[in-house]
Amino acid sequence: MAKSVLIDLTRCIGCRGCQIACKEWNERKAKKTEMRGVYTNPPELNSETYTYIKFVEQEKDGVPVWSFIKDQCLHCKDPACVSACPVEALKKTEAGPVTYHFDRCIGCRYCMLACPFYIPKYEWEKAVPWVQKCSFCSERIKADMVPACIKTCPTGTMFYGEYDDVLKEGRSRINKSPGKYVDHIYGEKEAGGTSWMYISNVPFASLGFNANIVNRNFPEYTWKYIGKIPAVIGVVLIVGAATWALTRSKNSDKEE
Amino acid sequence: MTSHEKDIKMWTPFTMVLLLVIGLGALVIFYRLVNGLGAATNLNDRFPWGLWIGFDVLGGVAMAAGGFLIAGAVYILNWKKYKPIVRPAVLTAFFGYLLAATAIMFDIGVPWRIWHPAVMWQIHSVMWVVAIHVILYTLTLATESSPMIFEKLKMNAALTFVKKIMVPVVLFGVLLSVLHQSSLGAVYLIVPHKLSNLWYSSQLPTLFLVSAVMMGLSMVSLENIISSKAFNHKPNMEILSGLARGTLIAAVIYGALKLIKLFKGGIGSAFDGSLEANMFLLEMLVGVIIPIVLLLSRKVRASINQILFVDILVVAGILLNRLNVAVFGVYRDQSATGLSYFPTLMEFIVTLALVAAAIFGFKLAAKYLRLFPEPEGA
Repeated sequence: MAKSVLIDLTRCIGCRGCQIACKEWNERKAKKTEMRGVYTNPPELNSETYTYIKFVEQEKDGVPVWSFIKDQCLHCKDPACVSACPVEALKKTEAGPVTYHFDRCIGCRYCMLACPFYIPKYEWEKAVPWVQKCSFCSERIKADMVPACIKTCPTGTMFYGEYDDVLKEGRSRINKSPGKYVDHIYGEKEAGGTSWMYISNVPFASLGFNANIVNRNFPEYTWKYIGKIPAVIGVVLIVGAATWALTRSKNSDKEE
Repeated sequence: MTSHEKDIKMWTPFTMVLLLVIGLGALVIFYRLVNGLGAATNLNDRFPWGLWIGFDVLGGVAMAAGGFLIAGAVYILNWKKYKPIVRPAVLTAFFGYLLAATAIMFDIGVPWRIWHPAVMWQIHSVMWVVAIHVILYTLTLATESSPMIFEKLKMNAALTFVKKIMVPVVLFGVLLSVLHQSSLGAVYLIVPHKLSNLWYSSQLPTLFLVSAVMMGLSMVSLENIISSKAFNHKPNMEILSGLARGTLIAAVIYGALKLIKLFKGGIGSAFDGSLEANMFLLEMLVGVIIPIVLLLSRKVRASINQILFVDILVVAGILLNRLNVAVFGVYRDQSATGLSYFPTLMEFIVTLALVAAAIFGFKLAAKYLRLFPEPEGA
């Protein structure tokens, strides 16, 4: 069965312990940052940052409300990046994680374009660069350990378990406390479903979640084309050969 | 070899400029290999693809469409009228693909792994389909161009052999081209949320193919007129009018497909004055609307200079289309977090160098190979 995570945004206090734990476990360097007048730091995921906390302040019922949003790879059930990669450098494992294998990667960066969540990042500054992204601590999962960010979270923001249990937990939390949560599990249907899901007390769109994501497996978009290729090959070859045969005999008739 | 080809002056100031640009490009490529993509380009996490993909790769491949069209017309449809322009058309296509392949090679992060897709098959990836077609079609174009070389080297056995297999080779080339041109459009099918709906359409593969036909025919016509001016031989007006008619038909089909798509949704966003809307209008005006209006007139289709003007418009317009899909069409979405993209001087130099290399190669072929047939009646 596949592992999965539910992020309950109402529980996150924005301590960024997960951000640090992730860096330590994955041996990611610090990136130079600057004051930008907001708490979110770094401003976006990058090749040295697999996860970070976005800080969003807004008003709800006349009082300011802070939201802290942990962002990382959502590990889609049928990932766009995996279908995009020409050399199978990205794989969806049975255990849940979408893993990257640098030994195959040619660096075409189609995964970066294809991903609807802007997750794969590139080592632009290096002469021999790789794609970098959250691996769902696949090595830890293999060793029956909890992913680093979840292990370190002091408030239990992340509920980790088998996919079905995690989805059930999300539903029951929403149902148990009417009015506390928005009635939406982000990731249940988005992009055909993701292994990491969110529940929230404020609408997801107001937190910068992409609300226009289609509830459909992204690889279908390109497979609709690729699946037609055998038919195109047949038609072009048959029509082409027939045309050649017909026009050739006509021409030779004329010559005679 | 005919007399006028021998007369081609090789070492003109123009050639020197070409060589200078090629040299500068080589230096930049060396710099990029040593210091990485980040040092040489302005590409970033939100703009993983830029000028090299948009112009050199997408544009270069579209420019090459004339090769399969003319070869197909002569060898499959047996339209012998176009026989005199097969060699330059196929050679242009060959250089277009070399340009695209070179650009891809230095655009990917790990150039020495360019062969990976050939052995690591991933049939669910459009990018894999694209990669395989680049490899196969470049080889096909080399085969289609090889008779010129075999003639020069007087390798008669090889020449006879290639001529014998030419029809199936050309048919294979037509097939590969249809698939490759359309698959480049299919690359963008997976970004419905990122590419502006002025360009995004489930018909992207067809749109790329039809616009490549426009571009390919115009390119053949353009290069025919320019080389006839440069090398002082008279272009065949019947051929040029035929190519112009072909461009017109493709442009009308393309324009209709675009209109249908716009009326289904997005017509308003074409006139909202935004950067992408203006780029879209420019592309449609230059590449499609003005060419259709002009080509509808028989007078235009009978005048070398007016055909040349339309060719330039179509080539510029479709090049802009590819650049729009790759950069301007995703700009609104990709720049949402503050990152932006404008190519570095080095990116421009490499692009110019690749174009210069193609022109230089064409000139070499015109000088030393039998690129143009003997003038009729000579």
